[in-house]
Amino acid sequence: MEQKRYWQSFGELNKSNAYQSTANDEFQEDLPLVEEDKGVLDARTPRRDFLKFLGFSTAAAAVAASCEMPVKKAIPFVNKPEDVIPGVANFYATTFVQDGEVIPAIAKVRDGRPIKIEGNDLSPVTLGGTSPRMQASVLDLYDTSRLRVPFANGKEVSTFDAFDKMVAADIAGLGGRPLVLLTSSITSPTTRLVISQFLAKFPGSRHVMYDAVSYSGMLLANEATYGRRAIPSYNLAAAKVIVGINADFLSSWVSPVEFNKQYSLGRKLNKKKPEMSRHIQFESLMSMTGANADERYHHKPSDSGAIATALYVALGGAATAPSLDPKLQQAIQKTASALAKSRGAAVVLAGSNDPSVQIVVNGINELIGANGTTINWSSTYNTHQAVDADINTLVNDMNAGAIGGLIIYEANPVYNYFNSDRFAQGLKKVKFSVSFNSKLDETSQLCKYVIPDHHYLESWGDAELRTGNISLIQPTINPLFKTRQWQDSLLKWSGAPTDYLGFYRQYWIARLGSEANWDKALQEGVINAGTSINTVLTNITSNSPDTARNVGVPGLETIAANRGGAAAFNGGAVGGAINAIGSAKKGGNTELVLYQKVTLGTGQQGNNPWLHEAPDPITKATWDNYAVISPAMAKSLFKIDLEDNGQTDDYEVHPEKEVMRVSVNGKTLELPIIIVPGTNPNTVGIALGYGRGTDAATTDDDADKRKALIESAYTNIGKAGGAVGKNAFPFVTFNGVTRDYFIPAVEVSNAGYQYKVAQSQTHQSYEGRTEVILETTLATLRKEPEMFSERREELHKDYAPKEGQNFERDATLYPLFPKPGIKWGMSIDLNSCTGCQACVVACMAENNVAVVGKEEVARYHDMAWLRIDRYFSGSLDNPSVVFQPMLCQHCDNAPCENVCPVAATMHSSEGINMMAYNRCIGTRYCANNCPYKVRRFNWSDYMGADSFPDNQKGIITEASAMMNDDLTRMVLNPDVTVRSRGVMEKCSFCVQRCQDGKLKAKKESRPLKSGENGEFDVKSACQQACPTDAIVFGNVNDKKSAVYQHRADNHDRLFYSLEMIHTLPNVSYLAKVRNSDAIVHLGEEEAQETIGGQEGKKEEKMEGVH
Amino acid sequence: MIQLRRAVKALVSLVFIISCLFSNKIFAQANGQALFSANCAACHAPYKELTGPALAGVEERWGDKKRLYAWIRNNQALLKTGDKYANELYLKYNKTPMNLFPNLTDPEIDAILAYIKSVPDPKAAAPTTDGQGATATSGEDNSLLYGILTLVLAVVVLILLQVNSNLKKLSDEKEGQPALEPVPFWRNKVYIAVIAILLFCVGGYLTVKGAIGLGRTKNYQPSQPIYYSHKVHAGTNQISCLYCHGGAQDSKHANIPSVNICMNCHMAINEYTGKDKIYKEDGTEVDGTAEIKKLYEYAGFDPSVSKVWDPNKAKPVEWNKVHSLPDHVYFNHSQHVKAGKVQCQTCHGEVQEMGVAYQAAELSMGWCINCHRTTQVQFKDNGFYSIYQKFHDDLKNGKIDSTKGITVEKIGGTECQKCHY
Repeated sequence: MEQKRYWQSFGELNKSNAYQSTANDEFQEDLPLVEEDKGVLDARTPRRDFLKFLGFSTAAAAVAASCEMPVKKAIPFVNKPEDVIPGVANFYATTFVQDGEVIPAIAKVRDGRPIKIEGNDLSPVTLGGTSPRMQASVLDLYDTSRLRVPFANGKEVSTFDAFDKMVAADIAGLGGRPLVLLTSSITSPTTRLVISQFLAKFPGSRHVMYDAVSYSGMLLANEATYGRRAIPSYNLAAAKVIVGINADFLSSWVSPVEFNKQYSLGRKLNKKKPEMSRHIQFESLMSMTGANADERYHHKPSDSGAIATALYVALGGAATAPSLDPKLQQAIQKTASALAKSRGAAVVLAGSNDPSVQIVVNGINELIGANGTTINWSSTYNTHQAVDADINTLVNDMNAGAIGGLIIYEANPVYNYFNSDRFAQGLKKVKFSVSFNSKLDETSQLCKYVIPDHHYLESWGDAELRTGNISLIQPTINPLFKTRQWQDSLLKWSGAPTDYLGFYRQYWIARLGSEANWDKALQEGVINAGTSINTVLTNITSNSPDTARNVGVPGLETIAANRGGAAAFNGGAVGGAINAIGSAKKGGNTELVLYQKVTLGTGQQGNNPWLHEAPDPITKATWDNYAVISPAMAKSLFKIDLEDNGQTDDYEVHPEKEVMRVSVNGKTLELPIIIVPGTNPNTVGIALGYGRGTDAATTDDDADKRKALIESAYTNIGKAGGAVGKNAFPFVTFNGVTRDYFIPAVEVSNAGYQYKVAQSQTHQSYEGRTEVILETTLATLRKEPEMFSERREELHKDYAPKEGQNFERDATLYPLFPKPGIKWGMSIDLNSCTGCQACVVACMAENNVAVVGKEEVARYHDMAWLRIDRYFSGSLDNPSVVFQPMLCQHCDNAPCENVCPVAATMHSSEGINMMAYNRCIGTRYCANNCPYKVRRFNWSDYMGADSFPDNQKGIITEASAMMNDDLTRMVLNPDVTVRSRGVMEKCSFCVQRCQDGKLKAKKESRPLKSGENGEFDVKSACQQACPTDAIVFGNVNDKKSAVYQHRADNHDRLFYSLEMIHTLPNVSYLAKVRNSDAIVHLGEEEAQETIGGQEGKKEEKMEGVH
Repeated sequence: MIQLRRAVKALVSLVFIISCLFSNKIFAQANGQALFSANCAACHAPYKELTGPALAGVEERWGDKKRLYAWIRNNQALLKTGDKYANELYLKYNKTPMNLFPNLTDPEIDAILAYIKSVPDPKAAAPTTDGQGATATSGEDNSLLYGILTLVLAVVVLILLQVNSNLKKLSDEKEGQPALEPVPFWRNKVYIAVIAILLFCVGGYLTVKGAIGLGRTKNYQPSQPIYYSHKVHAGTNQISCLYCHGGAQDSKHANIPSVNICMNCHMAINEYTGKDKIYKEDGTEVDGTAEIKKLYEYAGFDPSVSKVWDPNKAKPVEWNKVHSLPDHVYFNHSQHVKAGKVQCQTCHGEVQEMGVAYQAAELSMGWCINCHRTTQVQFKDNGFYSIYQKFHDDLKNGKIDSTKGITVEKIGGTECQKCHY
């Protein structure tokens, strides 16, 4: 049997020349020394200059040394609040609400500044899960481009009273024409009341909801079949079979954090429970969700409806099956039989916004008994309520001059409405317009009044994610600028006697019964169906297979038990929907999918450098959007043949990518291409959410106009995110009922020039060492449960062959050092990791990791301590994907430590590979010698740690410069040193958290808790952020610790990355398992190869490449 | 010989046992003192009425020890029982409620009482203070003496060398060898070489020492907006350090007290009535009452207008920071004070003797490390260390010297990333 090979890049697949040279050079550029080296005398710096420099530096040193020390002030509180101790962090429960996402959160507030956002474990919906956007949201609070004062007609208004008077006068002068409140979906119960009060005050006015990405299709389909215009809640944990049809539910669809949690719960494996759900994905692009699927099939986007119909028919639905590709037909039969077998424990999800497709999917879910089991109608989402007809009517009314005033909150249609020009024209005809948006964004620029809203960390509020699951918002910092909460404005304008806080307080005290209950709810942050969560949920963690979670949070059983709530199904619409799908316009040669990245989403946090710098999980590209195409299209359109070494190198080595011209209905974008294997050959994918302010460089504008556009994008959107990538929202089409993100006919051509894209994927090379990841199938694991452990034993025997010898001790020249007290260790379950990047952003936030910007990423200077490597294996047409979080492995026998000439990196008695920044002189030997490629070098003073700000102009990017602003620096974690130029850095195992946890235990005079009974003194930032509990961290010496148990319970899948080189890592992994019946063997061949650490057959070509 | 060794061993162990007994005694006393300053000193002094009564003779006044225990732990409960003496006391001190100390154990209270007893009455003890002063001067610096001695010896060596060379010259002349032109010593190459090497060594030493010392601020004593005398507060009045610098047991920062903490006491204490005059380091006298007035200005408090302080009128005092560590050093006060039970004075010097605070220690890395090498952790008392099974075994079977014990270094306290991260 052919051994499975993993590759991160096409060069690695082909063993191209460039790949091999990369593997030989750790740092792919020379030091920036003087190029023309003609000897000392002819050097560019002549002797006199040298003497001048010498004289100056001596004088400067003398002056500096004789200067007096600056006097530092220490200013205490006047009246110290009892519960605030400078230097000790406080934690407040709040809620991240944005763009259709509601995630209960805990804000860490240190000395009055929120510096980190964590998930709220008490929420039974998200169970403490987080997303990259939520992790990054704390940085938005300190965004330098936030509006700081209210504006009227472009002029600052000095007081809110003056502002209110102007608004009142304007509203009075509308002359009976209606006032419209345009907002995103409102999840807040109190805000809904505020809005209805406001509307009642102004008869004829109305409220229109508008979401950047529409879920109208689902809403209308559910109305047609279930009589309710709502999205029910799903329970993926209870599903044995999950089928996705172009639904990217792990990264963007409906409620991704919740789905990540549920999905991983249904797929946790251990010895006691060798069972997991099966996930089958039909999709057009290689999405993050598809990458996690057990089986994945690609198809043209326009075939989504046909696939749904075929599946409906295959499950016994009454209709004629459409004709489909035989391969797909076969896949559908297989899927149908899997679904049929798991009746009552299966679910089908579709990402289409076409009501017909969703109606058919509802029909399928009825056939497989999902209604009332995996789909729960007793609790529906509030996050997506907007129906496209409403905004369409509004735009028409505006253009007809029928709207008197428009009040806008969070909506930004000038940027993200498909026909933004028409909206903008309509807005000009509206006499009175107010924007509450916190930036002078595309829509606010056209509004008469702008009165910026607070950031959510400065606000009061509440949010009802889905019926019965309420979470509260409380401020964690005094408002930084002269902003006002938008509900306050509405209440004021409607003449209400109280402000929003009073209103909100009154409402909740009344609803919860007493002030004490309200206090408790604020403290916990979540209210669940009006009862205390402790009575609702059971604590099952102590004997749960999943030891990674906290005590007191609900587990799998609770979630799985969350059933019921079926709704009456009216199947009458299905036939019509199938007919509509059948008669729909057939797709053209090339089709387009507009998708959202897990990092940037719809672009509301467009100026967040953390989100831009976190790579896309599949393309590993940063700071841009691009056209995702298949290898086949690359070959036909750009003549890039990935089987050809030279062409692969041309494409892959240079950050400059060929540019593709994409046209839809006369609108054109030129975008660089990224080739992603597994993309449907007829499909192009473009991410939404980019091109804020203005599109990045285009060719047709003249230089001056361009410069002005970019300047204004920098001022209004921000220096990091303004004019980054291109806006693909204009490509969205409106079919009269819904906005469609799958465009059946586009024209593509080669634009004939190149554009730079900064990808982080090929930066690190394992030099041919293949045993970085391990993967198998569920059937294989059941058949040979000992396969991985036997392999490890064999390996150990090779190195320590004699009786009584020990691999750890005897397979090396170095002595084995004792770890008497604590030994930190981490275990990462590759089967749970979905690649969502939450940990990557969490790590940047926790550890003050520098943002380097696009130019620097393109030069391999990215600084992320934790990356998620994406490995392909199998064919270029439809490969399977494995994600692997890769961070410093904290080897007990670390190769980096031995080569440091100044002992700046050493090993601690607790097993941490330490890095003393002040000792480091920047030789970079350690990075050269690290087999995992996890060390990062500060090429510039990215954090502005020790230089004058202006000296850095042109050296660091605008994004880094923005991070060095005094305001933005408030987000820095004061417990972590800001690294300066010229030093190495890397993952520290969150040593500041380890030390803090130990101190807490010492103060309480008890041993450290690391997961026993679900209690943790220390959680690493990545562990805490992970929505799937893939990462477990703790004291390995403690046999009751979560990490020890995690390893012991999953001994059959345990492996250490590159164990044969005897680095003795403290990070272990659990092998990825796919739920498939295929039996795969670990090749004999590979075992031999990997022991040497090198691939033998370098010339060999990958088979199965077509 | 062997007998002698035995005798020495016996002697050493005897001395050791005695010293142990002695140190235990000292410990008990120190414990009482520590408890007193941590819990009581903010409101009580042994021989002086502060917010609460002077505590000397408190046992006699209460008579029944059990009632006293009850009063100290929970005075409100005792008041409710209608205890006569307690209620009288309560009325006498204007119904100012005493703090509750439910966590104090009987032996701890006994230690406090023992300490109070052991404090000599200042009126009676006044004459003895001179004696202490005299002993303090005996530890005088002898380096000047040694320097003069070295210089004299060097001159003697020089003279002897000259004498030697002259004698050699004479003897050479006597033997008829032609006398070389005498080289004056300032052109003598040997002298020049020796002096050059000496200068290089001394100069190099001083340069390196100076360079290492750059940025170190031992003895730094900035003037402060208010002349706050630690001696008056922590010394004379025995107020616990933690009463004002409470952050030291909870936080990485000890924290400078906020104005409301000052006003806790100074709402009532509006003049300096101490017996000892306060002097600045340069000898000028400080008017304590005037300094309290300065505080009132910051606090926006005028006792003639209202007896109650309104925090809204206050503005913060901008103190000058004395102890600063570089940004790349992580130092946590609570680690040392709460977990390590290190006395404040270990690093901050005899604060209770200081006027305005100054930096007593070097606060250099070598200084930290040296302390970590010798200081023992609370190995047996703190439950956290129960996981160090190997060390516990080694201590029992004598592999680890129990007098040295488990030092901070042993558990990794000198590793880079314990302070640098």
